[in-house]
Amino acid sequence: MPVLIRIARTLRRTLLQAVPTILGIVVLNFFLLQLAPGDAADVLAGEAGSATQESVAALRARFGLDSPVLEQLATYLGNLAQFSLGFSPRYGMPVADLIAQRLPGTLTLMAVALLIAILLGIVLGSLMANFAGRIPDRVLSVFSLLFYSIPSFWIGLMLIVLFSIKLGWLPSGGAGTIGSQLKGLPALFDTARYMVLPATSLALFYVAIYARLTRAAMLEVKSQDFVRTAYAKGLTPFGVTARHILRNALIPITTMAGMHIGGMLGGAVVVETVYSWPGLGRLAFEAVMGRDFTVLLGILLLSSLLVIIANAAVDLVHAWLDPRIGAR
Amino acid sequence: MTSLLLQVENLTIGFPRAEPVRNLSFEVRAGETLAIVGESGSGKSLTALALMQLLPRAAAVISGRIIFDDRDLLGLDAREMRHLRGRDIAMIFQEPMTSLNPVMSIGRQIGEVLKAHEKLSGRAARERAIELLKLVRIPAAEKRVDDYPHQLSGGMRQRVMIAMAVACRPKLLIADEPTTALDVTIQAQVLDLLDTLRRELQMAVVLITHDLGVVAQWADRVVVMYAGRKVEQALPGELFNDPLHPYTRGLLSASPRLKHDFHYLEGPLTEISGSIVSAAGEVGCPFRPRCCQARASCGHQVPPLIAQTPDRLVACPFTSSLKAVPDAAHLSL
Repeated sequence: MPVLIRIARTLRRTLLQAVPTILGIVVLNFFLLQLAPGDAADVLAGEAGSATQESVAALRARFGLDSPVLEQLATYLGNLAQFSLGFSPRYGMPVADLIAQRLPGTLTLMAVALLIAILLGIVLGSLMANFAGRIPDRVLSVFSLLFYSIPSFWIGLMLIVLFSIKLGWLPSGGAGTIGSQLKGLPALFDTARYMVLPATSLALFYVAIYARLTRAAMLEVKSQDFVRTAYAKGLTPFGVTARHILRNALIPITTMAGMHIGGMLGGAVVVETVYSWPGLGRLAFEAVMGRDFTVLLGILLLSSLLVIIANAAVDLVHAWLDPRIGAR
Repeated sequence: MTSLLLQVENLTIGFPRAEPVRNLSFEVRAGETLAIVGESGSGKSLTALALMQLLPRAAAVISGRIIFDDRDLLGLDAREMRHLRGRDIAMIFQEPMTSLNPVMSIGRQIGEVLKAHEKLSGRAARERAIELLKLVRIPAAEKRVDDYPHQLSGGMRQRVMIAMAVACRPKLLIADEPTTALDVTIQAQVLDLLDTLRRELQMAVVLITHDLGVVAQWADRVVVMYAGRKVEQALPGELFNDPLHPYTRGLLSASPRLKHDFHYLEGPLTEISGSIVSAAGEVGCPFRPRCCQARASCGHQVPPLIAQTPDRLVACPFTSSLKAVPDAAHLSL
């Protein structure tokens, strides 16, 4: 099957590029973080309030923070080579365990938000393209501009005000009813209820982007000759839109979606803070404030992995959507 | 006398500010090839799109009738028209490079017509697509059926377009400059194929072209259009031996390859001075600004079509006197 060969070729190329990319990211981030003033020992000492010069020095020695920078890097890379992300001085536990606790929350939040953004964006964009220049297009354009320009923390707060406080329909924060004994389907519904607001606030910005992108791409494809051919075949307008226009318009959208996965991790920091969602974003924020660089490096490493995986997935989707790409 | 398949009566197509096709009438008989000739901007392609009811959004048929198979196409609703398109009337376009969907295999693009009109299953449509590819002489059709358009040459793509167009054995095939984008050797192959299929499938062909060589070789009857109007209609032999309208004469003296003993090195190729743009806003004969025989009376009204024989029409009242004047010799070959 030519499709499988195309996919295999794409995967191999991605894997070969991934290793040096990850190494570069780790080393670069390590040095960048060294530039920040203070370290974990300073913060811990400051929080304790009664630290002496000696106790801070002892803390540093215990976590290896007093050795030369290059030696620290070598130790970190050595750990990495053994698939260990190191140990967090602040939380007193292995970084891998910390991340493993938080990762599922962030991943589901991101996946749900991305799904909402893409589906809603494509539907709204198709509507806008279909009514280009007329009232529905104008109204939706105004809304997409609004969502594009409003920061997500403000949308988050306003959604809480409306749906949690005024209407009381949805919980204002957290990831599940505390102390509930739900199992199976009811538990899923419970999580979904907590997911609605954070996922929506994270998604709205991207909904606006995808709607405008879909609109532009569809209008461009619509004027192509093969669309006229499709109509000349006697296909229904829906058939032409779904099979000919949308499929071609999806290519730029998947490209953007792939690039946004990295950006969404950044957006998750804000949204997770607003909704006290237990995810990686909040962990990253706390790690920065506590100068807990091992945790931060672990998160950065993981996010870069995530971006690389997302890009590979987009490449695969492209190879499937557009046969001309695999041929290059 | 073969029966009439298509009758276009007084068709006028308008954009908000212009009427690129005016009062056009012609008919197509079952099984014949009618060539519509004219330069860019003469309204040929727009006429073709009007027959398919696929005019661009800004354009509309202002008046006239298009009778196909005893039905006025302009009176059909969108659904009825959709049933005709691709099944009874099919069309192939000028640009085979862009007329096929780049992300869909050619087999599926051909199968789509069959699924839409004959309710074939996916497997049956694929089988038929392979047969059709064989019909348009594509080698190794079983393998090619899964190819994508970018894997085919221009001539092959136009064959695929033809396969798609004849999939449901249409009664009328509209070919809008089907070979303009192809090189000359491929042109002849494609047109020969069209002609063979026309005979095998007993369909009529409306061949839109600006290439008089194509007309001479493949057309049964010719309509010459200028600035949205029919200026002359004739059998190809009559047209080339005895062109009547000054525009037709100009066209013929501007083309080099019509007589085998005539080579452009042996005599001048005359151009028709001016451009078709000058017809805009012209009250009388649209060709008047470019016509070297123009007289004062040409500016009063659009010259009506004069029937010399039932198949010979010309929109110029001075054709007999033109022939008598030896000065017009530079216009004839």
